[in-house]
Amino acid sequence: MPLQGNLRDFSTTQILNLINLAGKTGTLVIFEGVRTNEKDAIGNIRMAAGDERARVAFKAGKLVQAQTQTQDGNLVTVLNKASKLTDEQARIIRERAKNTADKALALLLINANYVSQKDIVGSIQQYTLDIVYTLLTWGEGPFRFEDNLLPGPDRILVPIDLENVIIEGARRIREIEQLNSHLPNLDMALRFPPNPREKFKGIHLSVEEWRVVSYVNPRNTVRQIARANNMSDIEIRRIVYGLEQAGLVEVVRPAVPVDGPRQPTGNTGRLPPPPKTQVQETVVRKLIDRIRSL
Amino acid sequence: MAMNQVKMVVTGPFSSGKTEFISSISEIDVVKTERTISSDAEREVKSQTTVAMDFGRITVDDDLVLYLFGTPGQRRFDFMWEILAEGMLGFVVMVDSTKPETFREAKSILETFRAYAPTPFVVAANKQDLTDAWSIEDLRIALRIEDGIKLLPCVANDKESVKNVLLELLYSILEEMDTSASTAG
Repeated sequence: MPLQGNLRDFSTTQILNLINLAGKTGTLVIFEGVRTNEKDAIGNIRMAAGDERARVAFKAGKLVQAQTQTQDGNLVTVLNKASKLTDEQARIIRERAKNTADKALALLLINANYVSQKDIVGSIQQYTLDIVYTLLTWGEGPFRFEDNLLPGPDRILVPIDLENVIIEGARRIREIEQLNSHLPNLDMALRFPPNPREKFKGIHLSVEEWRVVSYVNPRNTVRQIARANNMSDIEIRRIVYGLEQAGLVEVVRPAVPVDGPRQPTGNTGRLPPPPKTQVQETVVRKLIDRIRSL
Repeated sequence: MAMNQVKMVVTGPFSSGKTEFISSISEIDVVKTERTISSDAEREVKSQTTVAMDFGRITVDDDLVLYLFGTPGQRRFDFMWEILAEGMLGFVVMVDSTKPETFREAKSILETFRAYAPTPFVVAANKQDLTDAWSIEDLRIALRIEDGIKLLPCVANDKESVKNVLLELLYSILEEMDTSASTAG
């Protein structure tokens, strides 16, 4: 039977946990959600599966491969991304080995001393993990697990234990939640605090941080700064958080809502549990006989 | 001699098949307390829902009657749950195997009922006859149901399937009685 649903109801972390515990083999495919006019059982708009966003393969409960629609995931791309091949080397290899399968290409590259086997395994592992960590932050999207479907034999599969992936994924989700709650609205602006010169003295910023700092202006929203620097929402939130914690920028916050956060609803003053019913065993046996006879 | 009346509760999220389950086995037409649904979202799932409780009956003999109570699925009626749970022999938690969006709610209801009384229970994975149903093994992990708890395939409109769920619950009740007796002895 298919394992399918929507990530908003059953998160990527929960799916990975299930695959790990059940030792499943197959491919998890995540799709773009296409809104329908129907609602699901809990009143949310039902999302149909649209274009494919990502697919992740598992063998006997271990993660073995991942790819997204925006990244082809072939070996040259993976090694280039891991800085094991320069852009120029990647371009040349792509031209010369256009129709060579990953496994054959890996042998060629090792024999030509471009990379070692360890480089290849490590790069594929990191590439796969990067994709999966990204998927873990997706809060919505139809998914389907195709039992026993695995990538073609030309692909290099590097088995990765899911336990650590799940723990790291959970940590990242917590971090994202913290960042989101710290800066829930990206339409806020940034400004420098009084005496910025003093505060920036002796501070070592990364290239990305400097790029954000260069756009600090009360007229630029954080969202605009992210777009200008080609950064994701999480990346910009992380950088703004760091800069703000260091006292280098200030976020102009909206007014706190007057009514404040809603209190969680639930039972108030729950009654003590009722005493356990004393039913004789003969009664239960009679019930069993009666139901059997129906 | 006073008639011995025992009750079991059938609970679960909205539209998980509780009313159908009771209807399949009850010897009387189920006393349905369904009303036309008020919320648009709920209306699209089914046109009527259980407001206070469903009520089915199985007569064993002149002295013994089993009542089956179905709880209303919507949270806004949860004040009724505790009343229904009082004195129950055991309970069945219904889960619609084709609706993962209700799994979280099903788990929450299960834990709520578990807290009401330390009575045996089983989980019935309804709609296992449909092609898009999650498998029992996957449901067990998704709902985080411990190995010792019975998670049973079920088709709520199939009498044999419903009988099987109730029998499994009764077997669990018997086992619990045996355990209690041996502990006490």
